Amino acid sequence: MTLMKSLTGAAAAIALTAGTALAEPALIFDLGGKFDKSFNEAAYNGAKRWADETGGTFREIELQSEAQREQALRRFAEAGANPVITTGFAFATPVEAVAGDYPDTKFVNIDGFLPEIPDNVLMISFQEHQGSYLVGMMAAMASESDTIGFIGGMDIPLIRHFGCGYAQGAKAVNPDINVLANMTGTTPAAWNDPVKGSELTKAQISQGADVVYAAAGGTGVGVLQTAADEDILSIGVDSNQNYLHPGKVLTSMLKRVDVAVYEAMKAGADVETGSMVLGLAENGVGYALDEHNQSLVSDEMKAAVDEARQKIIDGEIDVVSYYANDSCPALSF
Amino acid sequence: MEFLTIIQVLDSTIRLATPLLLACLAGLYSERSGIFDIGLEGKMLMAAFFSAAAAAMTGSVWLGLLAGIVASMVLSGLHGLASITFRGNQLISGVAINFLASGMTVLIAQDWFQQGGRTPSLMGGARFTPITFPFADAVRDVPIFGPIYSELLSGHSILVYVAFLAVPATWFVLFRTRFGLRLRAVGENPAAVDTAGVSVVGLRFAAVAICGVLCGIAGAYLATALQAGFVKEMTAGRGFIALAALIFAKWRPWQAMGACLLFGLLQAVALRFQNIDLGGIVIPVQAMDALPYILTVVILAGFVGKAIPPRAGGSPYVKER
Repeated sequence: MTLMKSLTGAAAAIALTAGTALAEPALIFDLGGKFDKSFNEAAYNGAKRWADETGGTFREIELQSEAQREQALRRFAEAGANPVITTGFAFATPVEAVAGDYPDTKFVNIDGFLPEIPDNVLMISFQEHQGSYLVGMMAAMASESDTIGFIGGMDIPLIRHFGCGYAQGAKAVNPDINVLANMTGTTPAAWNDPVKGSELTKAQISQGADVVYAAAGGTGVGVLQTAADEDILSIGVDSNQNYLHPGKVLTSMLKRVDVAVYEAMKAGADVETGSMVLGLAENGVGYALDEHNQSLVSDEMKAAVDEARQKIIDGEIDVVSYYANDSCPALSF
Repeated sequence: MEFLTIIQVLDSTIRLATPLLLACLAGLYSERSGIFDIGLEGKMLMAAFFSAAAAAMTGSVWLGLLAGIVASMVLSGLHGLASITFRGNQLISGVAINFLASGMTVLIAQDWFQQGGRTPSLMGGARFTPITFPFADAVRDVPIFGPIYSELLSGHSILVYVAFLAVPATWFVLFRTRFGLRLRAVGENPAAVDTAGVSVVGLRFAAVAICGVLCGIAGAYLATALQAGFVKEMTAGRGFIALAALIFAKWRPWQAMGACLLFGLLQAVALRFQNIDLGGIVIPVQAMDALPYILTVVILAGFVGKAIPPRAGGSPYVKER
C-alpha cells in the first residue's frame, strides 16, 4: 500500500516536472460555455489574444457538469499547465480544495470569493456594480415610460450585485423610476434558456419597461432578441453585445474578463497571487460605445455618464455593493 | 389584479404551453402504443437545431420546419429500431437519444456556422411571424371580448394553432378510428393485436413516426417562432415537463392539453410575479418553478386517482417464446 502510494507519488512528481518544462496556461470555462457571447467568450477572447500575440498555445476545457470542476482542475495541474485559469464564481471552492495539492501550480479564478486565499491562488473580482451603475443611468435617461427592467440569469448574489448597481444608477438619474427585476431560475440551466428570457422580457414590456438589461449569459440572447422584436432597447453584458442588434442595443456593460485572462496568461507561471479587484479606475468595467449604438447615446447622456464615472473613481459617488450586507438599497429582489 | 394583466399572463401561458403540448401529444402516441419515450427532449433539441439551421441557410422557415421534422423523425426511427426491432431497453434508448442530441447539435452547429454551437440569428422570412386574426384591431376596444380576441387568441404563430388543433385530432384518431383502436390495443395487449393479424411492429413504428413529427414541430416552434435561432440546450428540460404532463393527464389528449396549459400557467405566473404574496404568506418563485414536478409526484403517489400507464408499455413484443 505504502509502496503503491510512493510509486504514484513519484509518477505524479515526474509528470509535474515534465509538465513544468512546457508550462502552457490552461483555461477552464464555466457551464455557460465558451461561446456564450458574454462572460466565458470574453475569457476566450483574452486567451486568444494572448495566443495570437505571443504565438503560445493554451489548453482549454468546457465544463459539462458540476461534477467535472475538481476533476478538470486536477487534470490540468497534473499535466503541468501553469497558470490554471478558471472562470465563474462556482470554481472558488474547488480551487481552494485543489490548490494545496499542487503548490507549484498557480490557480487563477475570476468572479469567485474565498475568505482565505491559498498562497498559489489569484482571485480576480470585478466591481460590476460600478459598471452597472453607469448603464443604469443610461437606461433611465433613454427610458420614456420611466420603467426599466433587469433580467438576471441564475439567482446568485453576483447577479443581484449587477442588478443592484443598475437600480442605483437609474435612481440617481430619476428617483421615481420603476425598476423591474426578474431572475431566470435557480439552477445553472438558467444561463441557457433564451425562451424563458424572451418571456420575461415580454412580461416586463407589458408592465411598461422600455429598456431591459440582461445579465444572464446565453439567456440574454433571447432577451436582446425579444427587445429588438418588440422595438424597445436592451443592454448587453460582459462582452460588447451592441453588434447583435444594431440600433436596438443601447449599450453593453463591459466586464473586461478578456483583459484579466490576457494579463494572467502574460504573467504565466509568475503571476502574482492574492486578490485583485478591477473596477472603473482600472478599466476593468465600463460601458460600450461603438458604431452600432452611437445614434442611441446622446452627447448629454455620454457627458453625464462620464462625469459619474469620474466621481465614482474619485470616491464622490459611493455605489453600494450588494455583498456589503446582502441587500440592495435601491431594489428588492 | 387588472384584467389586462390576466390577459397578458394567459397570453404568455399559451406561448409557453405550446411546445409542452406538442411534445406531450408526441409522447402520448408513442406511449399509447407501448413505447416509452424519454427522448422527447432530445428530439425537440435536434429539431430545434435543424429547423434553425435550414431556415438560416435557405431563408425559408417552411424548409426549416421540414428539416426539423425530418431530423426528429430520424431520431424517432433510431429509437424505434433500438426498442422495437432489436427489443432493447426503451428507457436507455431514450437517454441515449437525449445525450446524442445534446452533443450532436452543438458539434454540427460549430462545424457549420463557427458561432460556438449556435445558429446565426434568423431574419424576416426565416422566422414564423405572428398571425393576426381578421378584425383583431377593430374589436380591440370592445370590453372583455376585445382583449381576449385580439391579445389572447390572435397574434400567435401558426404552429400554436397547429398544436391546439392537434388535440381534437389526436382524440379523434385515437378514439374514433380503427387505427387508433389498434394503436391503443398494441399498447395494452400486443399479443391480441398480433392474433388478429395486425402487425405490432408496423403499428408501433407508425406511432413512433407520429411522435417524431410532433416533436419536430415543437422544436421548430422553439427555434424559429419563439426564438430567432438555436442556442445549445435551448429546450431546457421542456421534454421532461411534457412527460410529467403526460402522466398528469393519464395518457389522454384533452387532459394533456389541460395539464400543459396548467404547467404553462404556472410558468407564466412565476415569470410575471417573482414572489407571490398571499395575505402574509410569500410564495417564492422557486416554489412555482418546482410545482409541475411536485404535482406529478403527487399524482404518481396516487393522491388524485391512479395514473396507470399502458399495460404493455416498456416491454418489447416478442412473438414467440
